[in-house]
Amino acid sequence: MDMKVPAEKLGLTEKYHLLTRDLAWDPSYRTNKEIHPYGDFEGIKIHDWDKWDDPFRMTVDSYWKYQAEKERKYYAIIDAHAQNNGHLNITDARYLSALKLFLQAISPAEYAAHRGFARAAREYEGVGMAVAAEMQAIDEIRHAQTQIHGLSNYNKFYNGFHGFTTQRDRMWYGTVPRSFFDDAMSAGPFEFIIAIGFSFEYVLTNLLFVPFMSGAAYNGDLATVTFGFSAQSDEARHMTLGLECIKFMLEQDPDNIPIVQAWLDKWFWRGMRLLGLVGTMMDYMLPKRVMSWQEAWKIYGEENGEALFRDLARYGIRKPKGWETAAESAKHVPHQIMLGMYQWRFGTAFHVWPPSDEDMDWLSEKYPDTFDKYYRPRWEYIKQREAETGEPHLNMGLPKLCQTCQLPTWSTEPGEPEKLVQREIEFDGETYHFCSEGCQDIFEHEPEKYAGAWMPIQGLIRDFGEDVPGWMEWVNLIPGKDNMSYHGSEDEQNFKAWKAQTTASS
Amino acid sequence: MSKVFIAFQANEDARQIIEAIEQDNPEAIVDHQPSMVKIDCEGRLDIRRETIEELMGRDFDLQELHLHLITLAGNVKEDEDVFSLVREA
Repeated sequence: MDMKVPAEKLGLTEKYHLLTRDLAWDPSYRTNKEIHPYGDFEGIKIHDWDKWDDPFRMTVDSYWKYQAEKERKYYAIIDAHAQNNGHLNITDARYLSALKLFLQAISPAEYAAHRGFARAAREYEGVGMAVAAEMQAIDEIRHAQTQIHGLSNYNKFYNGFHGFTTQRDRMWYGTVPRSFFDDAMSAGPFEFIIAIGFSFEYVLTNLLFVPFMSGAAYNGDLATVTFGFSAQSDEARHMTLGLECIKFMLEQDPDNIPIVQAWLDKWFWRGMRLLGLVGTMMDYMLPKRVMSWQEAWKIYGEENGEALFRDLARYGIRKPKGWETAAESAKHVPHQIMLGMYQWRFGTAFHVWPPSDEDMDWLSEKYPDTFDKYYRPRWEYIKQREAETGEPHLNMGLPKLCQTCQLPTWSTEPGEPEKLVQREIEFDGETYHFCSEGCQDIFEHEPEKYAGAWMPIQGLIRDFGEDVPGWMEWVNLIPGKDNMSYHGSEDEQNFKAWKAQTTASS
Repeated sequence: MSKVFIAFQANEDARQIIEAIEQDNPEAIVDHQPSMVKIDCEGRLDIRRETIEELMGRDFDLQELHLHLITLAGNVKEDEDVFSLVREA
């Protein structure tokens, strides 16, 4: 009788090598240079790709196994959410504004990350990095799909969720994340990994998915917590990939150090500007809040970033330029953005509202140096003026945009919170404006890249002139339903009426 | 020395993973937040397969951590028995 001998179980490292490294081969009738034409165009020198190791040693078979399990968990909850009136279990329908902004600004960015990683995986000559980038490409499309799917339950009941695909390209705040990703995707494969792996994943997603998703849980939003944490379970792998790639580049050749440093400077600043939108969501759009933007920035930005840069110091890397300015601006940015959005609320595909007295007390406590001094008086003035006139306080002028990050130039000079930033330069006979020194530096380094960007406000003036309704139709914004104040909106009325039905006896 | 951290979703499996981490890293600080748990530790944090298996009463593959992970900070060192986060500087 034959005895069944159990196959010897492979060790993790051995399995990883067999299922990744050994997938590669040496080309015989084409050169590596022909196969990977962009491998050296950024000036990054790699001498030995075998030195790169995925610290998670994730192989394709384990990857499918665990991702399938995540999907099963996710869809079980999404079904439960749809079947059990999940759209009514949120604390308050004001909370939906954060979700609308998320869907309009972040989910399309996930899809862009998918495309970027699919391309980067093709460009890397080393198989270990290519396999990890390939997995990340699949993760990113999963994130876009699960987010859109999760939020589609809300789209059945509430306004403002329907136009995100158009708004990514056309809406004035939608082009902020779009330009971030277009910038990264049109860079080479190594700059791309710093832009997304370091700036977006390491600095941004921690702030986006961790405290914001915990906030979603606090506000009773089963769907978002589920897609958020399901996505975030991949992000730990992504962050690690981004950091390993940075270390790998630094270890391969000393000539790489100044190139990597310049990318860290650039992408830290781009990430910070983009993050301001998340800060606004956290401080102003969550009816119940877990922590303030500034607290989240301290934990996930400052503490974690300081530790990372202490780690990288041995390679000759310093903290990114603008690090101190960023810490200072965290005290101001959410307030400045919300004041801007409130006054341009005819042009936002989500609702806004002024902070209540209770909200303002919370903001004072969380922002002791800035809120009472600079921002409370402005909210009080706006609220008083609206009460007196019965008219919405609107800014009918159009914002001047920063040519790099595409945000309105609504921020103030570092250390001078009452002085709006006014920066402009001439390039090729045109004037370009900037929101900050950081954004101006980025432009000056590659002016041709940014000078050609499509700018939503200039586009509005050129193509629509005074025809604001025509512009609204073009950006897929339904006036009177998607925009303006929460108070008096269809979303507010419906939420109240449907909630009342849940406690009615018939 | 810098801190390392790891965060898990507050779910059934993670409860035992966190208990194992507390046993193996007595100096770790465990912070319960809505729907998540964040664990901070100075310099190093070790997650041991054996301790988790003992608490769960079943075999556990350390890569199962990926199902419940939310985020982490520190350099990852992983083999079949221990998953470590380390900061040398």
